[in-house]
Amino acid sequence: MASAPEISWFVILPTVLVVGTGLLILLIDLWMEGPDRDALGWLGIAGLIVTAIASVALWNTHEIGFAGGMAVDRFALFFNLLFCLGGILALLMSMNYLETTDIRIGDYYSLTVFAISGMVMMAAATDLIVFFLALEVMSIAVYALAGIWRRQLRSNEAALKYFVNGAFATGFLLFGIALIYGATASTEFAVIQQKLAATTPDARGLATIGMALLLVGFGFKVAAVPFHFWAPDVYEGAPTSITALMAVGVKAAAFAAFARVFNDALGPLMPDWQQVVAALAILTMIVGNVLAVLQRNIKRMLAYSSIAHAGYLLVGLVSLKDQGGPALLFYLLAYTLMTIGAFAVVIAVGRRGQPNEQIDDYAGLGFRYPSLGLAMSIFMLSLAGFPPLVGFAGKLYIFSAAVHAGHVTLAMIGVLSSVVSVYYYLGVLVKMYMAEGDTVIDAPGTRPYLMACLLIAAAGTVIVGVFPSGAYELARLSFASLG
Amino acid sequence: MNEIVPTHYYVYLAAVLFGIGTAGVLTRRNLIVIFMSIELMLNAVNLVFVAFARHFQSADGQAIVFLVMIVAAAEAAVGLAIFLSMFRNRETLNADEMNLLNG
Repeated sequence: MASAPEISWFVILPTVLVVGTGLLILLIDLWMEGPDRDALGWLGIAGLIVTAIASVALWNTHEIGFAGGMAVDRFALFFNLLFCLGGILALLMSMNYLETTDIRIGDYYSLTVFAISGMVMMAAATDLIVFFLALEVMSIAVYALAGIWRRQLRSNEAALKYFVNGAFATGFLLFGIALIYGATASTEFAVIQQKLAATTPDARGLATIGMALLLVGFGFKVAAVPFHFWAPDVYEGAPTSITALMAVGVKAAAFAAFARVFNDALGPLMPDWQQVVAALAILTMIVGNVLAVLQRNIKRMLAYSSIAHAGYLLVGLVSLKDQGGPALLFYLLAYTLMTIGAFAVVIAVGRRGQPNEQIDDYAGLGFRYPSLGLAMSIFMLSLAGFPPLVGFAGKLYIFSAAVHAGHVTLAMIGVLSSVVSVYYYLGVLVKMYMAEGDTVIDAPGTRPYLMACLLIAAAGTVIVGVFPSGAYELARLSFASLG
Repeated sequence: MNEIVPTHYYVYLAAVLFGIGTAGVLTRRNLIVIFMSIELMLNAVNLVFVAFARHFQSADGQAIVFLVMIVAAAEAAVGLAIFLSMFRNRETLNADEMNLLNG
């Protein structure tokens, strides 16, 4: 880091595009009058589409720039596409969701886009400090977004809990980074890996403690048990479209960085972290699935479900080297499609002043609103892992990778705990189709953007589920670009 | 290199400060005090970076401290704004009373 780093535009092109979109939204917002800010949402979507196109155009580039700080490789580009997909769907559902809330400010859109810019940087970071900055760019925007419904106490409380827990986790992450810097005199992944590989296991004490602290920090960020307790409260209280962004984008970004840091920088310590991550995975799958059964609020239920899915993803992380990496990436794609779809249904069922977030409120909706019922069936069955939907393919890849890597117990616990999950996912469908209810909701036809979002997510869930091999190949190529 | 205080002393001190900060977050109930404890944790980390930077005779660690400070400031801005909007609506900053969302 001695000489001034050269600026390599390719490396930061996706980041620049997303940040530029955010700044443009911020600027145009100044000239907008009236409460309708949909135009800003469209601008955000346009910016993300351009970013996605740029990411596809860069597909064959493999370059590390900024003195080893950031990389453009297929791994980063795969995640860029994933974040753009999640971001576009979240923005689409936001436009109809915000009409039912008091959140009528343009900052909502600029903060969302800035949060996505942090995610894009996180997947590209190849230096612990760049990773830390990217994480904070994302997190600070999401803290503000969780509390953006300022007059609503639940939104306040969600933002507060998310902020305190997030900042606490940041402390652990940073302490871990500092100790790894102390052990290797560098924060660059490549150098850390070399230095660690060159030292004997006895001399790695400092780095091992650093790794453990990083694990705590990542555990908070991906909501792994026992660092999950904030997630249900935050997911329940935050505005639903932001909950979707948190469940999908923030988690995917955290896993992207998790995989890159632990595969690249801490690769030589693999035998040490593998055990711990396996234990976290077991706890997360069991606790997430069992507690989800008890929930009466759909957002809390989806929060525990997302904890359980973090457990499956951790299984992929354990077997990272043996096909677990591509399976992890594929599962994140699957998880994005089905989770964002499920949250879109939650938004569709809510009305102004009447959020209808209890699972009991879903009684009888299946027959009265067949399109919503069908969409919810697709997402719930996919989350539960029924073939031929994408959730099934994802679980199949993750667990077969675990078996292939010799983690048979882990795969068995995963499969058994996902059997538990069938109970609560189907519970929603049973409510929708077999119970009598009188919940009245806005006709789905009057909320076109939400329906577009649902359609894309449902189509993705089915199509990628039936033909998973193309997406898996993409994930394999992406993971192969890691060191 | 002429060291009066060995580097690992600083790291031990930082670990103690970090522990005090962690204990503060876990035991104190006033949100402002919790936030101060988090800041203490971040400053413990800064001490580690500075100590190692001196040990390696490199400016990297010192530069990182500036970045950490900037991030901490940005975090404080957003965090205090969240506290403020909470206080306006609830007139309390006691963590035990934040119980609207509970399963």
